[in-house]
This record gives sequence, structure tokens and C-alpha cells, in this order.
Amino acid sequence: MVTRGFFSGRRPPSDTDARIPPGQYLEQGFPVLSAGPTPRVRTEDWSFTLKHGPKPIKKWSWAEFNALPQSKMTRDIHCVTAWTKFNTPWQGVLIDDILADAGIEPPTAFTLALSFDGYSTNVPAKDLVTGKAMVALLYDGKPITADHGGPARLLVPHLYFWKSAKWVNGLQFTERDEPGFWELHGYHMYGDPWREQRYSSDS
Amino acid sequence: MSAEPQPQPQSPWQTATISRIEKRTPRVTSFWFQPSRPFTHLAGQHVDVRLTAPDGYQARRSYSIASAPEAGAGIELAIERLDDGEVSPFFHDVAAVGDEIELRGPLGGHFIWEASDGGPVLLVGGGSGVVPLMAMVRHRGSQKSAAPIALVFSARVWDEVVFRDELIRLDDRRDGFDLVLTLTREQARRPADYSRRVDAKMMAQAMERLPKAPRLAYVCGSNAFVSAAAEALIDAGVPAGIIRTERYGV
Repeated sequence: MVTRGFFSGRRPPSDTDARIPPGQYLEQGFPVLSAGPTPRVRTEDWSFTLKHGPKPIKKWSWAEFNALPQSKMTRDIHCVTAWTKFNTPWQGVLIDDILADAGIEPPTAFTLALSFDGYSTNVPAKDLVTGKAMVALLYDGKPITADHGGPARLLVPHLYFWKSAKWVNGLQFTERDEPGFWELHGYHMYGDPWREQRYSSDS
Repeated sequence: MSAEPQPQPQSPWQTATISRIEKRTPRVTSFWFQPSRPFTHLAGQHVDVRLTAPDGYQARRSYSIASAPEAGAGIELAIERLDDGEVSPFFHDVAAVGDEIELRGPLGGHFIWEASDGGPVLLVGGGSGVVPLMAMVRHRGSQKSAAPIALVFSARVWDEVVFRDELIRLDDRRDGFDLVLTLTREQARRPADYSRRVDAKMMAQAMERLPKAPRLAYVCGSNAFVSAAAEALIDAGVPAGIIRTERYGV
């Protein structure tokens, strides 16, 4: 339905159009969104735990985690609130390298990413491996600020950005696809920006 | 092509007609939308609005609902004009009563207060961040809820206090709703109000207006405002786990 009198000068140039999912607009800044206050997580108190159900598989301190192989990833990111940001540069530890250090393959098809503030979000295991996702430690070469999830956040750039859990402190393999925080509050279980899977009623 | 056509799920978008427009402050105008399909929301929820240009280009934004669920006469969105915006200038400069707009909702299941949630509740809003909090305050009134609510509302100047007259009227009833205004660029006009940015001392004093410690706290505004206000609440002793936030801007 054409909106009377709406003529936007914002249409993205055609060379970038193909990189902007439907319903998104290009953002130059870096908006902050969260469900609660920003937790201040000190690296002395930080740890990352890999779990299968309730059972811990391996736990890393900040120093141990930083000693894992680090990779760089520059990706476009897409927030469900309709902004897209191009070429965000991250550095961190690929989920593949975390699993390799623990000496395991994904034991189940589903995971919940867990955060210091109690937040959680579900991501299929296949969306985390083969170089698709990392636990990011640096943004643009610098430590990630607390507002953006520092000291460490999950990065799953091909899904809506609420899946890239801030203040991440663990990854739990689950037997079933269990909804996380926003998924319990009406958001989509998978969240593919190219299919506009924003809310639970989206196919 | 032997397969039967599959029934398509109903589009989540619907058409709503603008039924009323009222300027609230120099930068904020309220638009009432009459949805074409049944619409029931909870206080604190938002809608997505979608505009389509003749060439097919679409822009969508989220706006909080200001009206109480019980208000009936359409849903009120109080939209702040952002000079470099794409959608808010359309509403302020072009939209007229009778126009049809696509919207989707209600949306959001976290930043919500229902009368049955009870209180005491501490609300902290910055600028147009007061909008979803206004829905909660109005919902309290229309439900005749006795839940104590204190609203700390930070605006730059007196004339930018959105819903000012209505909020002062509700405050004057002394029925358990308490309004605390703070102006960051002007002197306070009411005896117990402030003229500075929100801080922990202000939050502590706002809590003293409640009969006991808040069960729930809601903070909405720009990112910088929400960060500062949430820290002030925590410094004033509010547990982080009861604070819900909603942010906008960069």
C-alpha cells in the first residue's frame, strides 16, 4: 500500500541495496538495546562455560579464553528494530575453536547462549560452527564497551542481532530448541533477517 | 503444478486510519490511529509503522503506545520529530487526519506493566521516553488501581514536558501517583521538582515518596539517559534484576 505523500530520499544506492534485508535501513551509528541495566562485568570475574544440559563440559577464565586462537570477522549486522550496519569489525574466538579446545563436536542440534545478566537466546548449533559465529572480544580493534556487551559477546552476524548475546558467559547444548529471553517475549525462534523472521507469528 | 494452493497466513500488517492529530510540545505530536482489525494492547507495548513510497521503497519504525489499553478511541502514538529522521518528519509535515497507515502490533512482551502486577512502581522517563510510561500511568487510572507509582520525568525545559497538564492533574489527586519533574535546562517550576540531570540522590528521594521499596522499575529514553538513570537507580539501592529498560537512538 503506497503511503500518501511519502517520498523518501533514503533509498540506498543500488550497489549496497542487495546487502540490506527487507524492512531495514542503513545506520551509521551503533544503537544500544537491552532489556535491563548494563552489567559491569570485570574481566577478573569473567568466565565462559560450555555445558551439555546442566552438565559443565569445560570452563575458561578470561586469561585462558584469551589464549585460544583468535580470528577476525568483518560483517554486516541487522537489528530487529530495523537498522542495519555495514562492515562491523570484530575479533574473538570462533565457536569452532572453543569446541576444539574442549575436544568435542556439537553433542546436540540446539544451543542456548547464556549471559551474566540472566539473558539467554537460542541458536541452532549448525549456525554457530564452520566459521559462522564467534565469542567476540574486540570491536574495531578495541575492547568491547560494556553497553555493547563487553568484555565478551556472542556474534552470530547472519541472524538478527538479539541472537548475538551481550555479556555472554556460556553456551549450553540443549536436547530441544528452547526459547530464550526475547523468544519467550514474542520474538522469532530463528530470526533470519532475509526472511524477516522478527516476531513469533512470522513464518 | 498439481499442488493445491496453500492458505496464506494472514498478513501481520493492517491498515489504520489517522483519526486525530494534536500537537503536544514544540517537538512532539500525538497521532491517533483507528485500526481496521481488532487491536488490544498492554501498557508499555509498541507498534511498528510502515510507510511505502511510490517506487516500492519501505521504511518502518517502532513507536510506543501512549494510550491506556482501555482508552478505546484508537491508539495514541506520541511521535517526536527527529530532524534527520525519515519517518517522523513525514508524520509531522505530511500526515493528515483520514490518511491510512500500515501498522503492526501490539508488539513487545517485556516492558509492560499491568494493574495486576501491583506496586510500588518507579518509572523513569527522559524526553519522549515518557510515552510507554504514560500508558502505564493512564492504565493505573482507568483501572482505578491503588498501586503506588512514582514517575521521574526528565525534560530539557518546561514546555517540552510531554503530557504535562494531564500528569500534573493526576499528581494533584494525591491518590498514590506521584510526579517528579526535573528540567535539565531551566529552573524547576514546582516546589518539589528539580533542575538537574537524574542522579542517585534524586532516585532515593523519589523512592521516599513510595510507601515502600519499588517492586518494579521501568526506565525509557535515549541510550545515554537510560544508562545514566539505570546506574542512578542501582546506586540508590534498586536491585538490577527489577529494572526494565527500553532505549532508542545511538
